[in-house]
Amino acid sequence: MRKKILKIVDKNSKASPEEIAAMLGERKEDVEAEIAAMEKEGVICGYPTLINWDKADCEIVTALIEVKVTPQRGLGFDKIAERIYKFDEVDSVYLMSGGFDLTVIIRGKSMKEVSLFVSEKLSTMEAVLSTATHFVLKKYKEHGIALEGGKKEDERMLITP
Amino acid sequence: MRDPLSKVIKEVEPSGIRKFFDIVSEMKDAISLGVGEPDFDTPWHIREEGIYSLEQGRTFYTSNAGLKELKEEITYYLRRRFHLSYDPVKEVMVTIGGSEAIDIALRAMIDPGDEVLIPQPSYVSYLPCAQLVHAVPVPIELKEENQFKLTRQELLDVITEKTKILILPFPNNPTGGIMDYHDLKALVDVIIEKDLYVISDEIYSELTYSGTHVSIASFPGMRERTVVINGFSKSYAMTGWRLGYACGPELILKQMLKIHQFAIMCAPTTSQYAAVEALRNGDADVEMMREEYDRRRRFLIKSLRDIGLECFEPFGAFYVFPSIKTLGMSSDEFANRLLQEEKVAVVPGTAFGRCGEGFLRISYAYSIEDLKVALERIERFVKRHRE
Repeated sequence: MRKKILKIVDKNSKASPEEIAAMLGERKEDVEAEIAAMEKEGVICGYPTLINWDKADCEIVTALIEVKVTPQRGLGFDKIAERIYKFDEVDSVYLMSGGFDLTVIIRGKSMKEVSLFVSEKLSTMEAVLSTATHFVLKKYKEHGIALEGGKKEDERMLITP
Repeated sequence: MRDPLSKVIKEVEPSGIRKFFDIVSEMKDAISLGVGEPDFDTPWHIREEGIYSLEQGRTFYTSNAGLKELKEEITYYLRRRFHLSYDPVKEVMVTIGGSEAIDIALRAMIDPGDEVLIPQPSYVSYLPCAQLVHAVPVPIELKEENQFKLTRQELLDVITEKTKILILPFPNNPTGGIMDYHDLKALVDVIIEKDLYVISDEIYSELTYSGTHVSIASFPGMRERTVVINGFSKSYAMTGWRLGYACGPELILKQMLKIHQFAIMCAPTTSQYAAVEALRNGDADVEMMREEYDRRRRFLIKSLRDIGLECFEPFGAFYVFPSIKTLGMSSDEFANRLLQEEKVAVVPGTAFGRCGEGFLRISYAYSIEDLKVALERIERFVKRHRE
């Protein structure tokens, strides 16, 4: 049941336990219990909303930063990753394979704000060897959803055999 | 002036759906649960392959029976999914949707006066196609208490010396009924003993929600007397590409191909290239869509039952077929008044045969959000007319 619930809420976090239960042919109480258990275990970590900020008249700048770091003995990358992700400006942090170690995604109000964060907070950390900052110019698709265009019209004929 | 029309075409009644379509089209901002096609777009990798074939200038006819690689992929697919085994060279042909295959199968096998058994409620084209070849269509009225399956006794009751073909439309449009292994097995010895041929329309085969679809052609002794019809419209959301296929013994397929060759030439080339991609790399898409339909199916059945409409559980296609008998209205009246009063379009069961009276076809080829809006209106309507 877990996997089935997750498939539904992954696409629509607004789906109510009652709806989910109907869709899966389960009891509402069981679905509620399962969701609560998954929240407790950290399988479900939150219910954010996917927003196209460009359309919302809010200035938001996103930057993707490639960071090279020195891993620490006994702690590997986890300690330094934690020091980075605790900043509110940081949206996501991933450990990467390949040419650099961490991808850090920053959200700020302006390029200046993001640049300041990188130059003053991030690159000054002892373990950080180098950074390369890439600003996002336009978002086309996020979390499997195309951001442009809005809801597509149903172009099918109203009645077909 | 002489009558320009043939007697036979004048006897063919216009589609009941068409009549209703005209009314619905007049209605502004009606919401519809009346379509018989997926709401998904064709998966992008399939569309992309179609586009690529155009870029490559593959804009010529293919051979009459279809692209070699497509016919091969069809045989691999049928073996992998339904344990059917066909020779891609002699026993497969690609058609313009399943519809063409139904038409030419009948044309290839019927002499005037032969009887064609048509279980109903069912898709609208079997009966007229039979009429057009001067066959005698014999409807079999399926019953809700049998989950709209065809039973052995119902079959035995209608067979005469003139019976030649049985059409098997499962998973069924409009009821959503399916025939599982045991249901089919009960018919097999009757079919063989009475020396009938079967046209098995399995266009909804991938949309089966309890176990895997079973084809009648997979039973011993049935392959040589069955034409299996399938296609890409429902399973891969490719209705507009107009692509289906027929498989069967060479003896029959050869003659079907003759009709196809003269009347059609070949199925659209772009669609055929796209279909190769669908069969090679589309299993995950089918699975994804089936899961989504299944969620909607459960949601819709539960909601309709909560509203108080009786509804047997359909395990196939993307339709539910609730009964409205307790409301004291005919199917036509219900559908018309629901449209006028609440602006929701559903299809009266009678559009699929007389025995569809007392039922509605509701499609769940819609998002849960759309279904919810429509269900609220249906609930209001039913409550109002309960008294």
